[in-house]
Order: sequence, then C-alpha cells, then structure tokens
Amino acid sequence: MTRVLVVVPCFNEQASVGRVVAEVKTHLPEADVLVVDDCSSDGTLIAAQAAGAEVVSLCVNLGVGGAMRVGYRYADEHGYDVVLQVDGDGQHDSAVARPLLDAVANGADLVIGARFAGTGDYDVRGPRRWSMRLLAAVLSRRTGVRLTDTTSGFRAASPRATRLFARHYAAEYLGDTIEAIVLASKAGLVIEQVPVAMRARTTGRPSAGSWRAVLYLGRVVLALVLSSVRRFPSQVDA
Amino acid sequence: MNGVFVVGLIGGAVSLVLIGELLRRRQLREKYAVIWLLIGLPIAVLAVAPSLLDKAADQLGVADPVNLLLFLSVLVLLGVCLHLSWECSRLEEETRSLVEEVALLRHRVERWERR
Repeated sequence: MTRVLVVVPCFNEQASVGRVVAEVKTHLPEADVLVVDDCSSDGTLIAAQAAGAEVVSLCVNLGVGGAMRVGYRYADEHGYDVVLQVDGDGQHDSAVARPLLDAVANGADLVIGARFAGTGDYDVRGPRRWSMRLLAAVLSRRTGVRLTDTTSGFRAASPRATRLFARHYAAEYLGDTIEAIVLASKAGLVIEQVPVAMRARTTGRPSAGSWRAVLYLGRVVLALVLSSVRRFPSQVDA
Repeated sequence: MNGVFVVGLIGGAVSLVLIGELLRRRQLREKYAVIWLLIGLPIAVLAVAPSLLDKAADQLGVADPVNLLLFLSVLVLLGVCLHLSWECSRLEEETRSLVEEVALLRHRVERWERR
C-alpha cells in the first residue's frame, strides 16, 4: 500500500478549505491530508481541523513555497511514498488526481497536472497567456519534457523529489513553480506532465487585471533568467 | 588650520565614538564594526593629511582630487549596501527555516498532548 500525503497550502481559505479536505477524503480515502496554514488571519485553521485534516500552522507568512517546503519536510520525515499538492482555493479537483499518483507509481519523480493539455475548459488571455506560453516553451526546452502548464500547483512528487524539495524548495515568488521544475531537472529527476481538468476558483478572485498581468510577465522573465544562472544541486543528497 | 580640516576631523571623531559606543553596548556585531572602522581609518588619514589625496589623484590621472574621493566613497557605500542585502537574504532564509521547524515541532507537540 503506497502511503499518500496530500499537502494543501492555505492562506485565508476558510471558505473553501473544508470542502477541499472533504473531497480529498472522498476521492483518495487512503491518503493523509496535511493542511499547511500559512499564517492565515481568518478561520482557515479551524475549518481545516473541523474537516479532519492534520494542520501545521506557520507563525510567519512564507508564501506557497515556504508552505510547501514544510509539507515536503513533513512527508520526508514521515516516509510517505507520494506527496500530492492540492491548492486550498478549490481549483484542483481531487477526483481527477489519480493519474498523477499513478504516474509517480510508474517511476516519475515530479508529475505536473496541466490545464492546457486537452481536458477541461480553463481559459486565460492577454499578457498572462503570453507568460504561460513563454514559460512552457523555455521550461520544455530546458527539461526536455513537453510542459504546457508550468505554473500549475496540482503536482505529485516521489520520495526522491520530496527529499530534494524538503531541502531546496525556494520560498521566492514563483519558486514553487519555475524553480522547482528547474531544480528537479538539474538534479536528474524524471518530470512528467498529466492532463487534468481544473475548475475556476470556488472562492476569491483570480489575480487577473492587465496591469498585474504585465507585472507578472516581468517577474516570470526575471525568474527564468535567475533560474538559468543559479547553481542547483546536481543530485538528490542522501 | 582651515575649516575643511576641522570638519573632517570632527566627522571622523564622531563616527569613531559612535561605533565604539555601539560596540561597547553590544548593539553592533564586531563584523560590522570592523567594516566601518576600516572605512573610517583612511578618512581620518585624509583628514590629517589632505595632500595625500592630491598625490593619489595625480598618480591616477584624475584631474580633480575631490572626484576621486567621491568616486571611492560611492564605491565603498555600494559595497556596504550590497553586504547588508546579502546579510538580509541570509537572515530571511534562516528565519524561514526556523518558522518551518517551529511549525513542524508545534504540530508534533500538539499531537502528543492530544493523546
């Protein structure tokens, strides 16, 4: 029996986290659920506990990267076979998570659930779309794997990837998406993409707005440049 | 004794006293104090013997000695700022690790208490 840990990074998601946890428990009954509460100021903690998840609370807001590294550290310490990341805002449907877990079972180290790979009707346009195109092109080239949705947070990690991420996951902006892929690739891990359908967020507003989308594009370019010159470990430490 | 000389001397003396006092009160780690003292030393030397600056500018082919002084000052301040950014990044990384560690430990403790 493979031991699965579902990590749900949350920042002020009291409206959705309960349902996310409940869904995971329904669709992946064998999995343990760990909610990482990234210093929320609302009732995220209580909602997650009420839904029956294990909750780790950060006393300083670290962002998704920091929250996920806690999840990977937890998984590494407790010897899980797969770590599945599911965002707390409800856009990841755990009913379609099984193929991600299967891919890890079949030897992949980092499996990315991708939106634009054929299933689902998730639509983005403008600068944000260009950013995603650029990311997909550059990272596909660099990893040698066809990636279409590199910023997807719907991911599964093998124990090797978990150990790597537990130590080196960047807390910076986009560190949880771009750098994580480069990190895994440089360490010689097997990256794979699995098409999934995603929902629009159940709560909260998507960070659209053309101004912010342009700013986002700039940060994407910066993150890509940085990740190409930065040093990364060439293998997973024992 | 001209005015510039006095101003330079007072400036140097005040910084020396300030650094010394901060060090004495354990408000300044020695690695930072060393940097400022090393920077203060040439300033003090130049305050006492401004002709050294003229000679140096002449040797380097800088027409106006003041330009050499300003250029070097900017360079040094840039270095100090960079060093502080570096220290700040390290501190943030350390803080992050501590926050993660505390969160995991607290989770462990609470699980024990629930038993």
